[in-house]
Amino acid sequence: MTELALTSPRVLSSRRVLSGALAVGALAAIPTIASPFQTITICYGLVFAIAALGFNLLLGYTGLLSFGHSAYFGTGAYVVALLVKYLGVASMELFVVAGILGSAAVAALFGVVCVRYTRIFFGILTLALSQVLWSLALKLFWVTGGSDGLRVPTPTLLGGLGGPGADKVEFIAHRYYYYVLILFLVATAGMWVIVNSPFGKALQAIRDNETRAEFVGVQVWKYRWIAFVISGAFTGLAGALWVPLNGLTTPDILYWPFSGRIVFFTVLGGFRTFIGPIVGAIAYNYLETYAVGFTVYWQLVLGIVLVLLVLTMPTGLVGTAMQLVERVRRGR
Amino acid sequence: MDTLLTQILNSLFYASILFLIASGLSLVYGVMRIVNMAHGNLYAIGAYVAAWTIGLASTELHVSLLFVLLVTGALAAALAGALIEPAFLRPLYRRAEEYQLLMTFGLLLVLEDVMRLLWGPHPLTASALSDALGSISVLGATYPAYNIFVIVIGALAAVGLGAFVYRTRFGVMLRATSQDMRMASALGINVKRVYVQAFTLGCLMAGLGGAVVMPISGAVLGMGVDALILAFVVVVIGGLGSLEGALVGALIVGFVRTLGITYFAEVELAVLYLIAAVVLFVRPAGLFGRA
Repeated sequence: MTELALTSPRVLSSRRVLSGALAVGALAAIPTIASPFQTITICYGLVFAIAALGFNLLLGYTGLLSFGHSAYFGTGAYVVALLVKYLGVASMELFVVAGILGSAAVAALFGVVCVRYTRIFFGILTLALSQVLWSLALKLFWVTGGSDGLRVPTPTLLGGLGGPGADKVEFIAHRYYYYVLILFLVATAGMWVIVNSPFGKALQAIRDNETRAEFVGVQVWKYRWIAFVISGAFTGLAGALWVPLNGLTTPDILYWPFSGRIVFFTVLGGFRTFIGPIVGAIAYNYLETYAVGFTVYWQLVLGIVLVLLVLTMPTGLVGTAMQLVERVRRGR
Repeated sequence: MDTLLTQILNSLFYASILFLIASGLSLVYGVMRIVNMAHGNLYAIGAYVAAWTIGLASTELHVSLLFVLLVTGALAAALAGALIEPAFLRPLYRRAEEYQLLMTFGLLLVLEDVMRLLWGPHPLTASALSDALGSISVLGATYPAYNIFVIVIGALAAVGLGAFVYRTRFGVMLRATSQDMRMASALGINVKRVYVQAFTLGCLMAGLGGAVVMPISGAVLGMGVDALILAFVVVVIGGLGSLEGALVGALIVGFVRTLGITYFAEVELAVLYLIAAVVLFVRPAGLFGRA
């Protein structure tokens, strides 16, 4: 198998800074230039992008394929819903902190069990554990609302903005969009720092050759566990941001096909690049939104896309685009 | 006493279905090292095709002949398997296993909707079969005879598959390929053919499971996704790639589930997943697996 080198040079070239600034500018302009529907679609995309960034710390950088990330997304979402139900909390900041802490705690617990294994056993174990949470959310209906789920009203941002009673579409397409965008930028910057830190390099060393990594003094087990917890926390943050957007959380987001979706968008973008998962999450969300609106057989459309992707574009959208650019450059 | 016996029979019934699904999943993993996420959908195909053919023929054929038509479900799943392996899995053997997992996940999405497309969103069933047999008295307890029929099919499948893998020439080739694919290939075994045959056999078992459960639970959308996850629990407990493991795992899950429904219905599924996690933690290869 040919390994594509991860393109994450430490130095931020001026071209990268420029294209990054352009992308951020475009995202910031969306609520003023696009319809509320488009803005909300992008907003979902940004939330999923945070989940994908967290997921890819394991897949792309540590070489572990988790099929149980619905557990952390769902924990983030359910922590928020339970705070609303039992404590009447409405502050988004509290939601975010609690979502991150809750999912990090679950990831810390599950991680102890899971990181002892790699490859297929890691995948199955993460899946099995995530389904424990799913079945609890489904069966303990007096706490979680069972398959009806729990409603979450519009939260208040920064102690005053929005709040229950505000016009939902207005709120989400403007203030909440910017709230998500800022957290997305913080998360992206944070992940960039993590993967380029000595810790991130150690993870990549583990991915490329576990034995060698161990011989140069990397404590493989401990590093994997820390990566697992960080990954869970990012995905939990996405879950916490997702609930107010959706207004409702149901056990579906804990069920294992949702984990498959997180894998799907990461691979769609390309897990061998830093920005691949971000592009993949936004693209996937568009694809799903339009497929669902276009036909009841949207799963068929998504399935065909995934099958074709695996057969013809294993490096994903970003990887393929980079290869094309490279070919054009060489052709000159 | 009667309740106890009924509970035991229920567990065996449940274990039979689980064995039919999980043995195929385990066989495919054992030989090809692929965890087929679409395996549950092949089980669902078995249920749908059997319900469909029996529905078409129910007015014309005698009910005993309808039992024979259950085989169509198994054959349809086998045919689907024989097409899927060369077309979608063969190009991926040289790639990292993440891609194989993703491919089968993609196939899961496709097959789920193909079934919706072909047979619509409403469940199909053929309860004529289970009604025809009525109830019989087992040691004083009244029990549906069709469930006994399913238990017998499950037991026959276990014996038959065991004999096939351990007593026939093809079984030897299968086990040789599973142990060392390259060596088997060097010794003149046509590995490509063994792969497609093993995959087809695995799908046949799943399809048979779907067909025999259909008169009781119907053919429903989503049944494959639900079944897959229980089959995972079975093979994780028993050991991925081991037939004995699939049998023991199916029995354990069958009995725990029956106990669970009676005594701890709220956490019944969670207990099953936790058992699977504990087994993986203590014995990563499962009870009968090779490390």
